Amino acid sequence: MTSNDWIQFLLVVVALAATAPLLGFYMAKVYSNQKSPGDCVFSPIERGIYRLCGIDPDGEQRWRTYAISLLMFSLVSVVVLYLFERLQGHLPLNPAHLAGVASPTAWNTAVSFLTNTNWQNYSGESTMSLLTQMTGLTVQNFLSAAAGIVVAIALVRGIVRGRSKTIGNFWVDLTRTVTRILLPLSILAAIVLVASDVIQNLGANHVIHTLAGGHQTLPSGAIGTQEAIKDLGTNGGGPFNANSAHPFENPNGFTNLFEIWLLLVIPFALPFTFGKMAGKVRQGIAVLAAMLILWMGSGIAVMLLETNANHAIGPGVTQKASATTLGGNLVGKELRFGAGPSALFNSSATGTSTGAVDSMSDSYTALGGGVLLFNMMLGEVSPGGTGSGLYGMLILAILSVFIAGLMVGRTPEYLGKKIQAAEMKLVVLYVLIVPFAALGFAALSIMLSSGRASIANPGAHGLTEMIYAFTSASNNNGSAFAGFNGATTYFNTTLGFCMLIGRFAVMIPVLAIAGSLGRKQTVPDSAGTLPTDTPLFATLLTGVTVIIVGLTYFPVLALGPLVEHFVNHV
Amino acid sequence: MRRLVLPALLLTVVMTVLLGLVYPLVMTGVLQVAFNGQANGSLVKSHGAVVGSALIGQNFTNAKGQPLVQYFQPRPSAAGANGYDAMASGGSNLGPSNPKLVAQVKSAEAAYRAFNAVPANVKVPSDAVTTSGSGLDPDISIDNARLQAPRVARARNLPLATVDRLIVEATQNRILGIMGEPVVNVLRLNILLDQLPGS
Repeated sequence: MTSNDWIQFLLVVVALAATAPLLGFYMAKVYSNQKSPGDCVFSPIERGIYRLCGIDPDGEQRWRTYAISLLMFSLVSVVVLYLFERLQGHLPLNPAHLAGVASPTAWNTAVSFLTNTNWQNYSGESTMSLLTQMTGLTVQNFLSAAAGIVVAIALVRGIVRGRSKTIGNFWVDLTRTVTRILLPLSILAAIVLVASDVIQNLGANHVIHTLAGGHQTLPSGAIGTQEAIKDLGTNGGGPFNANSAHPFENPNGFTNLFEIWLLLVIPFALPFTFGKMAGKVRQGIAVLAAMLILWMGSGIAVMLLETNANHAIGPGVTQKASATTLGGNLVGKELRFGAGPSALFNSSATGTSTGAVDSMSDSYTALGGGVLLFNMMLGEVSPGGTGSGLYGMLILAILSVFIAGLMVGRTPEYLGKKIQAAEMKLVVLYVLIVPFAALGFAALSIMLSSGRASIANPGAHGLTEMIYAFTSASNNNGSAFAGFNGATTYFNTTLGFCMLIGRFAVMIPVLAIAGSLGRKQTVPDSAGTLPTDTPLFATLLTGVTVIIVGLTYFPVLALGPLVEHFVNHV
Repeated sequence: MRRLVLPALLLTVVMTVLLGLVYPLVMTGVLQVAFNGQANGSLVKSHGAVVGSALIGQNFTNAKGQPLVQYFQPRPSAAGANGYDAMASGGSNLGPSNPKLVAQVKSAEAAYRAFNAVPANVKVPSDAVTTSGSGLDPDISIDNARLQAPRVARARNLPLATVDRLIVEATQNRILGIMGEPVVNVLRLNILLDQLPGS
């Protein structure tokens, strides 16, 4: 890693430190219905939306109603998106005259964008019309991110409120998330991106005569506006096949770091929101610390691994950095970013449930790709997706106080709420459901010859491709070892099921925990209470996160990335 | 239940209009006015005609697909059958230990050495023999450009110093001295060559 790689890493850390707390505190005001900046602009718009949609902004919901509202809204979203894809051939704003999307791909894509996964079994530039990209995919990029955030906020309310039957109003939370957080930030981000050379036009693709006398077709699209929410909402579904490696999505070294910041800012702001709403910012900082340790650890690890040489490449090629040449494993990487920042991008994207890549993970070193896989296996908590990171970490915090409680023989409590059998059953369900889907489907697929046919690379790397696909879908990440061919009817269907399980079979238990904790009374701390705002607790939380993952996934990590690494280094 | 179905339907419609139409269309209008060149793909001209985008790499080959000696050559590309197909962006996705990758790099190295007459004791920079993530990487490393310079100078009957000067001119440094890597934009460099008097 060069000194410049370290400086760029620090630049991202400083930018986050300067912005995440401010955004987090602002969001706390938004969700506590306090006076917040911009009320005079946002409040009239929101009142208009509530009136149009028949929403009672003062009507709070119990957890079941909140969950059913979420499911109902998701059902409508997925159907609308599916119809846009299927019917795009008959709809306007289709300058490239693309036909309707085939049904397996349309199903997979609709579920993928609904669940904030954004796994893409298609090439954007040759499959989706401008209308589908804008009114289908971009809209879901906003709404799926907002849905994740409101579930996290509902859980926070459940923890914070005492003897409350309700946990908020889904419709109000969703609307305010869009109008006050995601849309304003996306507008700013789109301006920055387009000013820095990202394209933003509605024309048809145009053919140019190249300097050497050939032809090249350049794609078009409303890319800046889509890219902004793609990163900010930790979605990752890009308009182009190469995603953020594509120069029209990510044209230079600045936009690359800016996009990394966009991925991370909301996930790192939410612990501050939690702390503020709990009235004890230190509680949020303990959760933040665990996220930060995991993000920094994995980020630096992948950067170190990818700025090293690929040993399989012969001695006649130099892979060492100098003032006039780039170092590292450059296969699948863009020169304008360099190997170090490319690695930081992919590591941050896999840690935030963003399926985006700015370099091809399939060509990463065995261990570099292994860390990306491990990031997703953590359940997306380093720092996790918009909302899903915080609710994931809070569930793990409940698990941590439970384990600590067992060790010292006391009833576990978290922020004055007793953790009892009802909550622990749901926590265990949360922890088990994703590995069950990911490993179960991967095991099934590796036994089927039609499953193995989709593997692109030989040996242990091929197994990693399969594991990666189902881990990515089940954790709603969406990034891929892109050599793997997921565009078959079998994988379109099964990956779609994994995404639904990874989203809703996780969100519903979280909302149930919110409801159950909300009903309890808050008991004051006693001498036997484990303080949850200390470095000790942050360490415990990090340890529980890593160990639970290690025990669940270690066998497949050993068979995939570790075998590949050691086979080539003996 | 009807109390929940109606808001779900109506909110989807409202959000689709707001986020799917108003947001991208209004922003496109504003950004087309404010940043016209950037918003339309940073197109570059040579002798008055648009020849490509400064952001998107292109082939410098003849009709048979062979590299032209008078132009600097970009990195190998996995986008489309002939490379640099901007409608088929993507990488090779070959795993780090895949024998195909090793063979591909080996043959790219041999071709590069033969084409540019690079002796065996000089190492080839890895960007010259590896495919990028997008297949559209517009840049090469400075060392890669310097190794190609003698061949281009010979083909164009130019002094090597002139070509080296153009390499410096087409080099993009790190933004604010920190962000990204110093790289040479191949299209810009080749345009500069074509614009030299007498070429």
